[in-house]
Amino acid sequence: MIEAINSAMDVMLERDPATVVMGEDVGYFGGVFRATAGLQKKHGKTRVFDTPINECGIIGVAVGMGAYGLRPVPEIQFADYIYPGLDQLVSEAARLRYRSANDFICPMTVRTPFGGGIFGGQTHSQSPESIMTHICGVKTVIPSNPYDAKGLLIAAIEDNDPVVFLEPKRIYNGPFSGYYDRPVEPWSKHDASAVPEGYYRIDLGKAATVRAGEALTILAYGTMVHVTRTIVEEMGIDAEIIDLRTLLPLDIEAIEASVNKTGRCMIVHEATRTSGFGAELAALVQERCFYHLEAPVERVTGFDTPYPHSLEWAYFPGPVRIATALTKILKD
Amino acid sequence: MPESDRRPARNLPPLSLHIPEPRYRPGDTPDFGDIEIPAVEATPRPGEATRPDAMRELCYGLVRVLDFDGQAKGPWDPKLPADRLRTMLRYMMLTRAFDDRMFRAQRQGKTSFYMKCTGEEATSIASTMAIDRADMCFPSYRQQGILIAREYPLIQMMNQIYSNRGDHLLGRQLPIMYSAPEHGFFSVSGNLATQYPQAVGWAMASASKGDSRIATVWCGEGSSAEGDFHSALTFATVYNAPVIFNVVNNQWAISSFSGFAGGERTTFAARAVGYGIAGLRVDGNDALAVYAATQWAADRARTNNGPTLIEHFTYRAEGHSTSDDPSAYRAAQEASAWPFGDPIVRLKQHLIALGEWDEARHDALTRELDELVKTTQKQSEKLGILGHGMHQPFETMFEDVFEEMPWHLKEQCAQMLAEQEAKFGPDWKPE
Repeated sequence: MIEAINSAMDVMLERDPATVVMGEDVGYFGGVFRATAGLQKKHGKTRVFDTPINECGIIGVAVGMGAYGLRPVPEIQFADYIYPGLDQLVSEAARLRYRSANDFICPMTVRTPFGGGIFGGQTHSQSPESIMTHICGVKTVIPSNPYDAKGLLIAAIEDNDPVVFLEPKRIYNGPFSGYYDRPVEPWSKHDASAVPEGYYRIDLGKAATVRAGEALTILAYGTMVHVTRTIVEEMGIDAEIIDLRTLLPLDIEAIEASVNKTGRCMIVHEATRTSGFGAELAALVQERCFYHLEAPVERVTGFDTPYPHSLEWAYFPGPVRIATALTKILKD
Repeated sequence: MPESDRRPARNLPPLSLHIPEPRYRPGDTPDFGDIEIPAVEATPRPGEATRPDAMRELCYGLVRVLDFDGQAKGPWDPKLPADRLRTMLRYMMLTRAFDDRMFRAQRQGKTSFYMKCTGEEATSIASTMAIDRADMCFPSYRQQGILIAREYPLIQMMNQIYSNRGDHLLGRQLPIMYSAPEHGFFSVSGNLATQYPQAVGWAMASASKGDSRIATVWCGEGSSAEGDFHSALTFATVYNAPVIFNVVNNQWAISSFSGFAGGERTTFAARAVGYGIAGLRVDGNDALAVYAATQWAADRARTNNGPTLIEHFTYRAEGHSTSDDPSAYRAAQEASAWPFGDPIVRLKQHLIALGEWDEARHDALTRELDELVKTTQKQSEKLGILGHGMHQPFETMFEDVFEEMPWHLKEQCAQMLAEQEAKFGPDWKPE
């Protein structure tokens, strides 16, 4: 998936001279996760460059570049580090079009790796997606496989509004079954690992049906798409898994159609539970699909604690938590 | 554990915490006699390409051109033609007339809020006149002088202040938070100093594209304490960005004096030293000094010699805003005791000393500008004042959150329109 993300930026740097890629360690070195490897050499130092360790500055400078007419793609090295830049994101990037009535826009895509399962501790594992979806004026995108990652990132860079592009770092190098004690499976065995070389885009705001089924609807994104799929298939449950891909704007039609069909809805995310994006999804499903529901909406999430280091796998919403929830929702 | 056991037995007095306190409070008689005012000729003018570390003393001195008798002197004298000086005076007087009128409009209940820049007119007007028309300004909230100096239509400013039918920002922004891209004026944010890194980003973009335009940005001494200020200076020095940083040190941030931004320890221009950026400290009530310093910084930026931080040493002669009453926290006579006088009076005296102006012309211009503002105000008020129904169409509340309106905003917009119908009756029609 990291190569697909790299390719998306490569394609956009080639296609649009306004595109610039910047962030801590992204230049010569190519990024701590190698997402920008080779891009500086190919496109030059003024298009792909390192920045000071200053997230407020990275996002603030990108807002100014956007106002000039560039299309900045800043990287925040870990989503856990985005907080010093939040004022620039919330009060500036997200509000610029509205407050200036289209005088100025902010066509910025903030890429940032997020989520746990890599023994990153509390400062390298967080999932702050619901902080992003709570901002008015920012789109929030989370890919779950290499093909989508490239198409969605290209669409995000081409979008004329600010996009937060959250990359599930646990699946950079292969999908994750949820069994941390099993060998890592490479992307090459996955059906979405074939990534075309050139330009293509996947429109923002469209969910994907990962697995069609009748027994229940599972709403997931990022790493949890793969974990959920593994457990469902192990248990032999005929679940319909919807990969949301874009959290905002949300593909509400896909959600409604699926839940109205199956009558049951389970939401799976790694982020903390309280005020997590699952709460928003549960509320929407309740408001729109209540008379089709045969069981209460079930949420499977991380716990409301900081992300622990040594007890990571007790925190992670893995096979046991998902299986328990599946059993419960299907019994009701 | 008892307190006494935790303290090491040293023969030292206990630590004490310093809480800054301004010298004068209401009822006190201010005396600014101890402010060092170097002679006009005393401050050298280095070449525009001088290394920052070779001109550090300018961060602690004061760039001056006009003495207190209205004479322009010394190495910084920009030697502007009289017509240019009269234009500058006109812009400053127009800004003051506009401020007075709009302040009164707020007091008359025609809008919610206003902010004057009385006493600080030179810091935006002379500064704007010293850069190119194509250069980009990133203002804070007290730089209406930029728009006046770039001859933005007054009625547009008023329409914004009234949030009326003619407000091109559709009534979305608090009064005075203008936006004017065609006039090189970035959208004003209410969050302080956020424009600082944005100006650097704009300047970096200009440099990376091989453009010739530079960026200039303003904040107050109070908001120089924000992280954004320091982020901006870091990025500017790292990339040698063509940007001019203005810190308008007007001594007061609402009720907090400059000591709460570190002003008791050093100058604000000296913030530049640690970043390796050129710094200039300027008499902000001397329009020619502001012009000269800005011109120096603009030439420096435009020749790839990097950013400059300019501290404009001035005084906020009025309240922070219409929501503020400075008599509650500072001595009433501070403004009149301020040793640097009034920027308009000083420029006027200079023109008179040159034989290029007189009291009669000044009075006539005052009347002309008052009349202009008054006439424009009447035109603007025909398009509505705040809270009197002539606002923008309701649906505009939901537009421009995104380029295209997503489903959830469409739903919420329909709900809001239904609420209006419930409120105003079945014959109500959306505008």
